[in-house]
Amino acid sequence: MAEVSLHKLNKKFDTTHVVKDVDLQIRDKEFMVFVGPSGCGKTTTLRMIAGLEAITSGEIRIGNTVVNEVPPMDRDIAMVFQNYALYPHMSVASNMAFGLKMRKFEKAEIEKRINNAASILGIESLLHRKPRQLSGGQRQRVALGRAIVRDPAVFLFDEPLSNLDAKLRVQMRVELKKLHERLAVTSVYVTHDQVEAMTLGDRVVVMKDGVVQQVGEPLELYNTPANRFVAGFIGSPAMNFADVTLVENGGSPVAEAPGLRIGLPGALATRARAKTGRKASLGIRPEDIHIATAADAPEYCFEAEVEVVEQLGSEILLDMRAGGALMVASVEPTLRVRAHDKLKMALKPERLHLFDAETEAAI
Amino acid sequence: MLLGLFIAYPFFEGVKLSLSSARVGDPGHFVGLKNFHKIWNDSIFHTTMWNTFWYTGVTTVFKLALGLWLAILLNRHFRGKALVRAFILLPFIIPTVLSTFAWKWMFDPTFSVINWTLFQLGIITTRINWLGDPDLAMTSIIVINIWRGVPFFAITLLAGLQTISPELHEAAAIDGARPWQRFWHVTWPLLMPVTLVVVLFSVIQTFADFQLVYVMTGGGPANATHLFATYAYQLGIGTGLLAEGAAISLAMFPFLFIIVVVQLLYIRRVETR
Repeated sequence: MAEVSLHKLNKKFDTTHVVKDVDLQIRDKEFMVFVGPSGCGKTTTLRMIAGLEAITSGEIRIGNTVVNEVPPMDRDIAMVFQNYALYPHMSVASNMAFGLKMRKFEKAEIEKRINNAASILGIESLLHRKPRQLSGGQRQRVALGRAIVRDPAVFLFDEPLSNLDAKLRVQMRVELKKLHERLAVTSVYVTHDQVEAMTLGDRVVVMKDGVVQQVGEPLELYNTPANRFVAGFIGSPAMNFADVTLVENGGSPVAEAPGLRIGLPGALATRARAKTGRKASLGIRPEDIHIATAADAPEYCFEAEVEVVEQLGSEILLDMRAGGALMVASVEPTLRVRAHDKLKMALKPERLHLFDAETEAAI
Repeated sequence: MLLGLFIAYPFFEGVKLSLSSARVGDPGHFVGLKNFHKIWNDSIFHTTMWNTFWYTGVTTVFKLALGLWLAILLNRHFRGKALVRAFILLPFIIPTVLSTFAWKWMFDPTFSVINWTLFQLGIITTRINWLGDPDLAMTSIIVINIWRGVPFFAITLLAGLQTISPELHEAAAIDGARPWQRFWHVTWPLLMPVTLVVVLFSVIQTFADFQLVYVMTGGGPANATHLFATYAYQLGIGTGLLAEGAAISLAMFPFLFIIVVVQLLYIRRVETR
């Protein structure tokens, strides 16, 4: 069991600076997910924790030890690779035994651990097969098994589900979650899939261009994103943004764009007042837009024309144009709407977000 | 049809020749296994056979070891990698006859650059007659064969190494395998199919080698460095005893056949493993 802490961690490849001053405390038994678009430095960070990539500057601690110069084998970690990295010439059992053999474990102990891991993962019947005789999902389990038998202080996962088909990915995601609850080992998990990040992580680190954008629990990121990038990256379908100007209207601040004027409520209004006259991005999630009723205050309503209707069964996504802004609204599946319908929409004022147009930080 | 014309026909003509009493200017007649009986009791043939096995065995071991070592070095990232890789192939690209002539000069008793160097370094005081002494001559030929063969091993094994995912090495490193353990447990078994094919090709070529010995020693001194091919040539073409020459070259056939079959069986086993 161990904490992992990163302090002013930097990585440069020649002239490209891929990880910039990352500071992070991963708590004992925590499931920490790194998420971000490709090239954001998340995998490089993971590989530095694993010891597969040298650190340019900064410090990594696992437990109480600074591991900057410690080789991977002595860091007490186990890693699950994107392409599984199973030894193709060894059986499933040998794959799982390899790390223990290298560490000179007793034969009986090795067997015990393999059988235990195999029963947790439901791969008892596969132990004598070669990796190439397994399906993608089975290989993934074996890779997990190889990590589990080691009983390490930290699990590292490098996009382990990205090679699986969508259905299997959902299934393995659930299993990973259960596995973590059962084993309670500190885990660091890298993914580009925000759904995986939200569902698996105790906390999530959002990275972009080598810089940590925000660290927080999934709902914290969802409800109070620190900046426009996090707001747009977390959540599906993505948050709507409209380029607006913050103006005063009869003493209260409003966000204005051609064909769109939205009032700003309470605390948001207070913060926006300081930026009156400045440009900003108004953010609202699709599920926070609905068709206006008499109960909706007029300052939170707007006119929109439906361009595309996407029937998803459980909901309907309406791609709409409101003045110059394109918006997606998620509405009740029972609603009958057709393209080119003109609708009066309303949004939940307490769910509005504002981001500075220059710094992109939340206002 | 083409196979028949260019492979089967010459082969059966060779067999026919070896069973006859043909010599230059005399088509001869069928004599059964007399030629084989004769070479079987020929002491030069015994030397030739031993030479061929020794030559093939020693060179193959060295070519594999050096080629693998070079391949592993070349598989690392360094500046000018592509250039070095191309450079490595030089001994393989130069026509054997030309490079062997160059080597002949280096081993020449009077002009030998090797002797000169050793002399200047104070290691020797008298000239070494590299190609005049039976053992030294064989060693010299072996050295040249290794020099010429290593690039082929290195480049082919390098290609094999590049098919092994670096993730496997990383996984093994995390699993606690030290560098030589990673080589032994991961690289070597995964490289095995390629290695076997390269060794197979090399053994066939080396076993039937001709140019190198022909240029360097012509089989001498005193027939001490003959291989099957050079002895067959000397008897068949040099002396005109076509039938006996044919018998000697055919004597290679069962050995090669066994080597090839054994290796192919082994390759199949490794691949289905």
